[in-house]
Formats: sequence, structure tokens, C-alpha cells
Amino acid sequence: MSTSKWIVAGVCAALTWPLTGGSQEGPNLGIEATPEEIAGWDISIGADGDGLPVGSGTPSEGASIFAAKCAACHGLQGEGLLNDRLVGGHGSLATDNPAKTIGSYWPYATTIFDYVRRAMPYQTPHTLTDDEAYAVTAHLLHLNGIIQADDVIDAQTLPAIEMPNRDSFDRVYPPTD
Amino acid sequence: MSQNQQITSTLEPVAGNGLLHRRLFLTGGAATLGAGALGLLTARHVTAAPPPEVPEWMKAPGAPLSGYGRRSRFEAGVQRYVATPAAGTTGAGASRTPLERLNGMITPNALHFERHHSGIPDIDPEQHRLLIHGLVERPLVFSMDALHRYPMVSRIQFLECSGNSRTIIAAAPQSGTCGQLHGLLSCSEWTGIPLGVLLEEAGVDPQGRWLLMEGADAAAMTRSVPLAKAMDDALLAIYQNGEALRPEQGYPVRLFLPGWEGNISVKWLRRIAVTREPTMTRDETSKYTDLLPDGRSLMFTFEMGVKSVITSPSPGLAMQGPGLYEISGLAWSGAGRIRRVEISADGGESWAEAALTEPVLSKALTRFRLPWRWDGGSAVIMSRAVDETGTVQPTREALIAEKGTRFAYHINGIEGWQVAANNEVTNVHV
Repeated sequence: MSTSKWIVAGVCAALTWPLTGGSQEGPNLGIEATPEEIAGWDISIGADGDGLPVGSGTPSEGASIFAAKCAACHGLQGEGLLNDRLVGGHGSLATDNPAKTIGSYWPYATTIFDYVRRAMPYQTPHTLTDDEAYAVTAHLLHLNGIIQADDVIDAQTLPAIEMPNRDSFDRVYPPTD
Repeated sequence: MSQNQQITSTLEPVAGNGLLHRRLFLTGGAATLGAGALGLLTARHVTAAPPPEVPEWMKAPGAPLSGYGRRSRFEAGVQRYVATPAAGTTGAGASRTPLERLNGMITPNALHFERHHSGIPDIDPEQHRLLIHGLVERPLVFSMDALHRYPMVSRIQFLECSGNSRTIIAAAPQSGTCGQLHGLLSCSEWTGIPLGVLLEEAGVDPQGRWLLMEGADAAAMTRSVPLAKAMDDALLAIYQNGEALRPEQGYPVRLFLPGWEGNISVKWLRRIAVTREPTMTRDETSKYTDLLPDGRSLMFTFEMGVKSVITSPSPGLAMQGPGLYEISGLAWSGAGRIRRVEISADGGESWAEAALTEPVLSKALTRFRLPWRWDGGSAVIMSRAVDETGTVQPTREALIAEKGTRFAYHINGIEGWQVAANNEVTNVHV
């Protein structure tokens, strides 16, 4: 494989800011992805709810899933066991024993669905259905006193939730000076 | 000035408790102290007797050639420090580079620190794909064969986990070697494709300001990266120190963001989504944020601050009695080059400038050295780095005054080593 044909000046030109649509200099070896292909890959959920799938779940539905698939590591009430505590800690952040839980610390409810669906349960990620991921998310919100026992969590209700610690983060980037 | 005069002048202490001029070793002045006086530190037993005139390994042909080399069996004890993960989370956790057993600025691939969130995936490069989509004109999929055909660049740069050196802000000094305390730190030559080249081909929408980076591990690790950083110096790294990335470093392709906290250089990269706003993933909200004393938190604290550690002498490398030693260590900054490193052997009362070993590169580990004549008494040695922006490594006290003790990342305060009369070296807060 030879790279000598690539002219250094061309690479620099391709890096010029600001971006201007397509490049004439690059090798252009990517294959255009179809919407169907992207749909299978795109599992991330924006803080505004962008990407949330069809489906729904309630705390009571989530409770049984949590007991079966999550409680061994996180405790039956999300109190923490082998791994992270997920519940409680409200009002503890400015004390000497801060408890950074979903309820006390996480700024966006959409992050719960995103993370549960992509990475949990630890031993068997990508096995929960979308309805199950919604239900577990609902259960965790309920355990933290953020929603009621019979609230339905779906693509509309989840991004509308105001997490208690939402406004306590100051962005260092981009720098202001 | 004659060579002799130069040597004589470099033997004068330049700071308290026996620190000598940084040019002493360079001018050959150490030779005047006698061959045995150098006393360079080693953890191994030093034998007084010379080897036999014709040692065993000269009496028969040695081992045959090999397809992939390995180190001497006598170095087998130099290992990463592997933390035991919590039960039920096999593969999660970290291993640390044994900094005190290495020299120079490059970390061997097999000793580069690790931090995984759900183990190391066993990725077949034939099946691996990188997708760029979102706010782009043309969503594109790249095979590894395609990526290998792009023009590449190489850069020597450090990677530091933002959770490194957490023990600095612990109430009491923690025991451990330099690597155990500060070893979430490594430096490699990274070779790969400037990310901007691929983004340019996809055609980023003017509304796109952030990139979601997703790994192909079982945690599907995700972080949001500002587009400006991606266009500045981000690399899709494919090679590390000349060979293909190790699986634990992201084989077959990883993101590498020079100078920024390690977690954001997503390994096993499989997807880049161009977005308007940060995605607010679990790691950039609930984990890699800094909780301050008032209960508020800092978010997107990407850049690693200016910092240094003395790797030798250090805990676990016992002194060998009074004499001449080389104090040696590493300095680095996420903001650019290291301008200066100063060393104190009297707990910060006085400082002497260390020699920096070339090359001194931007966002790379820089090796510093200074001769020291230890009188055998109690001494506290410490280093202080200054980077090219003029930023000075903070004291532990200043760091805690600014951020408290409940944060867990970006801990770059000055830590000291206590050298005791019994030859032991231990960690101490200064």
C-alpha cells in the first residue's frame, strides 16, 4: 500500500476550517449508508428525546424486570450492592458524604433510557426490549420520587421530566475567556 | 571556561538539601565522583562481585530468531497494576502503568494503562465498520480496508485517565508505588487519520456542533466531542508505537483526542453522529463531572492540567545509602509543551530547575532529570511543572481550596515523596 500519491497540501486543505460541504481532496472511500442501515446502528438518545423509540413502560412493569435483572448488583430498592447506588441521596451533594445517584445527580432523564438500553444488564446488554427499557427507566424514576407509580414513560413523557439536579452543572467547555 | 572549571561549578548545590546543577550529568562531572558513586536507582539487588570472565551465556549459541519478540525473562516482574473489579463486573476497571520501572517518554504497548467499562471486545477487523451520520450531507460507512488507504499522520502524545492520582486529595497520604498512585498515565506514538478528513467527506451541516462517539464494546461507550476539537487535532488512531493498536487500546480503531481526559478518546470506535447539542451520555453527566463543595458540578472539563511526578526515587525503589542519585520524572500538560520543571529536596523551601530530555513535544510526556547528592538524612522531594501557557502545577492545598475534596477527576496537585534515613521512600502530602 502506498500513500505517496497523497499530497500533504491536499490533506491540509481538507482540514481547513470552516467546513465546506464535500471535499475534492479526500480519498472518498466511504460507502453511503442507507436510512435503514443507520436505523439499526443509531441507538443514542438526545437530551431532547431525539431518537426515543416507539413503546412505553410504567414503574410497576419495571419493578419486576428490575428485581430479576438489576437488583443483584444495585439492590432491590436501588440502594447499591455490588455496584452503583441508583436511588436517594437527595440533598447530600453539598455535604461531606455526597451520594451521586440517578435521583440526586443525573441531569437528564433521557440518559437513563439511553444507558440502560445500550449497556445494561451488565452481563447481557442489548437484551431488553424498548418497552422493558422504558419500564426500567420508569421504575428508577419512581424509586427516586420523581414520577408517580402509575405514570407512563414514553417518547413524549421522558424528555419532559425535569430532573432535580438539572441546573447544577456549569460547563467548562467552551472556555469563556 | 575550561571543562574542569565547568565541572567544579556544577558540583555546587543549586538548591537546598543537595540538589545539583542540571548540567552535571551532561558535562561528565559525575565521573569525577568515582564510578560507583552514581548509584542510579534500581529495585534489583546490586551485586558487588563482577561476572565471571566467560559467563554461561557466552559458552553456547543463544536462542533462535522469533516471529514476535519478547522481553528478557529477568524483566517479567515489570507488570501493570491490575485492580480487581467489583463482583459481577468482569472486565470493568483499570490497570495502571508501572511508571517507576520505566524510563524515557514512551510507554511500551503492553504496559499502557487500561480503563474499560465492560471488558475488551474481540473485534474482527473484517467485520468492523465506522459509520458517520447525523447532521451530514452524506452518511458514510468505512471498512477498515478503506481506512487503511487514507493518508496518515503520527504524533507522540500522552493519555491520562481523568481519575488519575485521586489519592492526592485523600485526607491521609496513601501508600503505593508511583505507578499505583499515578499510573493511569501513558505516552505513545499514535498513527492514524486526522478525523477532519473523514468529516469533510461526509460534509458536516453548519448546524452540527458536537459529535457523539460510540465504541463497539459491551458498554457501547459513548461521549460527546465538540466539533472544534475534532477539526483541530483529533485522530482516528490505528497504530500505536508502530504496530496495530492492542485490543485493550481500541483495536482496530480508536478516537484519540490529544491532551484531553482519557475517557473521551473512545476505543473500538464504530459510530460518529454529528449533533447540534451534546448527547448528555451517562459518562459525561453522572461520572466524568466534578462535584464542588457547594453542591454544583463542573461539566465538560476536558483538558488535562499541567502536572508532574517524580518516578525515581519513589516508593518501592529503595535508596542505597548516601551518594549521588538522579531524580527523574515525567511532566505533561493538556495545553501544550512543558516549559520548565523545578525540583525541591527540602519539602518546597527551595527549588532547582531540572533538565528536560529532548524531544519536548506538545501534549506528550516530557522526561526531566536532576542530579542530587543525598546526605542520607530525611528529605522530601517534589516536582513542579510549568507549561508553555505559563500555567504552574498547583499545590495540593491550592487545588483543594479551589475544588474541595469531593471531586474525583483532573487532580494535578503536587505530591511529595519522603526519603527516610533507613532508605525507604514513602508517599507524603506536601
